Amino acid sequence: MLDITDLYQDIIVDHNRSPRNFGKLENATRVAEGYNPLCGDRLTIYLNLNSGNIKDVRFEGSGCAISVASASLMTEHLQGKTIEEAETIFENFHTLLTKDHVQANMAVLGKLAALSGVKEYPVRVKCATLCWHTLRSALEGKETAVSTE
Amino acid sequence: MSRAIDSTAARLRQVPPALDVERLRAEFPILKQKVHGKPLVYLDNAATTQKPQSVIDVLGRYYGEINSNIHRGIHTLSQRATHDYEEARAKVQRFISAHSSKEIVFVRGTTEAINLVAQSYARPRLRSGDDIIISEMEHHSNIVPWQLLCEQTGAILKVIPINDAGELIIEEYKNLLGDRTKIVNIAHVSNALGTINPIKAIIEIAHAHNVPVLVDGAQGVPHLRVDVQDLDCDFYAFSGHKLFGPTGVGVLFGKAALLDAMPPYQGGGDMIKAVTFKKTIYNDLPYKFEAGTPHIAGVIALGTAIDYVSGIGLDAIATHEHDLLDYAINAATEIPGLRLIGTARQKTSIFSFVMDGIHPHDLGTVLDNEGVAIRTGHHCAMPVMEHFGVPATARASFALYNTRREIDYLIAGIKKACQVLM
Ligand SMILES: Cc1ncc(COP(=O)(O)O)c(C=O)c1O
Repeated sequence: MLDITDLYQDIIVDHNRSPRNFGKLENATRVAEGYNPLCGDRLTIYLNLNSGNIKDVRFEGSGCAISVASASLMTEHLQGKTIEEAETIFENFHTLLTKDHVQANMAVLGKLAALSGVKEYPVRVKCATLCWHTLRSALEGKETAVSTE
Repeated sequence: MSRAIDSTAARLRQVPPALDVERLRAEFPILKQKVHGKPLVYLDNAATTQKPQSVIDVLGRYYGEINSNIHRGIHTLSQRATHDYEEARAKVQRFISAHSSKEIVFVRGTTEAINLVAQSYARPRLRSGDDIIISEMEHHSNIVPWQLLCEQTGAILKVIPINDAGELIIEEYKNLLGDRTKIVNIAHVSNALGTINPIKAIIEIAHAHNVPVLVDGAQGVPHLRVDVQDLDCDFYAFSGHKLFGPTGVGVLFGKAALLDAMPPYQGGGDMIKAVTFKKTIYNDLPYKFEAGTPHIAGVIALGTAIDYVSGIGLDAIATHEHDLLDYAINAATEIPGLRLIGTARQKTSIFSFVMDGIHPHDLGTVLDNEGVAIRTGHHCAMPVMEHFGVPATARASFALYNTRREIDYLIAGIKKACQVLM
């Protein structure tokens, strides 16, 4: 039997209720929008990039607790990281949420490990990864909104 | 004293007998299972209903004993299959009080029925600048086929607005109806709000302008007695799977005179009388609209589902469902921050709501963990969500086999979600 508090750990509830790095980034060099039509979750990622480094990252939007907490934790975790580091973290995060036989490198994930419970809820994986897909599109400088569907 | 007894007796005579819900539940094998270790509480009946054993058995019996193609074989099995298939058509005819079984066309579901009417009835009649009326509370399947048609013909889509209770604003409807209106398409009951629309009045108003009306009855037939002659509707569409029948089968009722004048929707076998490369003569109603091998087992099982519902009686079902709805609404007042979406005076057993600070999706996950199945999302009615300024709602929808105890589980689950998420 699944314990629901493995999914909604305190840290996730906290980041949902008081999201960090929430709100527009005025001097953003990249902006991307993400949309999950299934849930109606929408978010915007603002990036300030400086020669391959994430100087600042913020987000705005609305969605379920998983998507808001994931975006909040992501922005906290990525401050000051390089683009390559961000890619590595996303890959490991994706592994954590979706792969049965591959171990994610927990060392690079830090607090993001709190979202590991999502793995037991496959329909919610998209909620947790929406912010990451949106981040990637911001990093790639794409203009169109990403959609999980 | 004696007067009180008299009036109680009178009331008892009017009220249909209470359902023996425990006995009914026993006929639905799926309800016996556990989900995440908890007894399944299935409250997503507006999406699809569960199937009684009689319907499940008929599907098995068809493939085990009768399976054969219809209307084309001389052999015994084909005759039996044809007989049962046509008998199901007669059951549908009686169920919705159609004048003739020729007016009953089997389709895949409500969606296909609406597309059929859009393309075969409306499209040849529409000129650029004509208009089509729908309402703000329609399911996407009664919006998108009309939008496609507008793109194809240059017609204009007009939308009857709703008020904040989730009721159609009839005055606005009257203003929208004009010389160039060619068809009105309205849900009998809204799937997102539960509102029962005054379709008889809506039809009367349209007919005063010589405009035909299609009623999307997907959420109507499972809850209300439908008499298409009394309503005088021109088209009525519904799906088998929301009426305790199988998926992949549904019904389009159309007045014979209208169906007769319409070109076929699809071409193929069964819908013709004679084919040469010079000219093809179409079959009579309703076969003209049933090209190809249909879902024979599904149609027959839909007939069984109709027998099932008729055997219990829609009035008794509606009384039971209303009791559940009242019970849920009353229990919900205990939960701070719960807001009902859809508070029409006339509504079916749809309990749609949002919670302060809790996204419907999170609520749905917590409830699922408790074995309680509800729908969360936009319910294929995004314009309704927009009207109420929410991205999604949580929706519990009740059917004849649900109980007050199950609503207690729902309420307990909502309280648990508040604990976990707040
Ligand atoms: C009001 C309404 N109309 C149309 C439909 C579409 O029915 P189906 O998907 O069976 O074609 C539904 C079902 O979700 C509905 O609730």
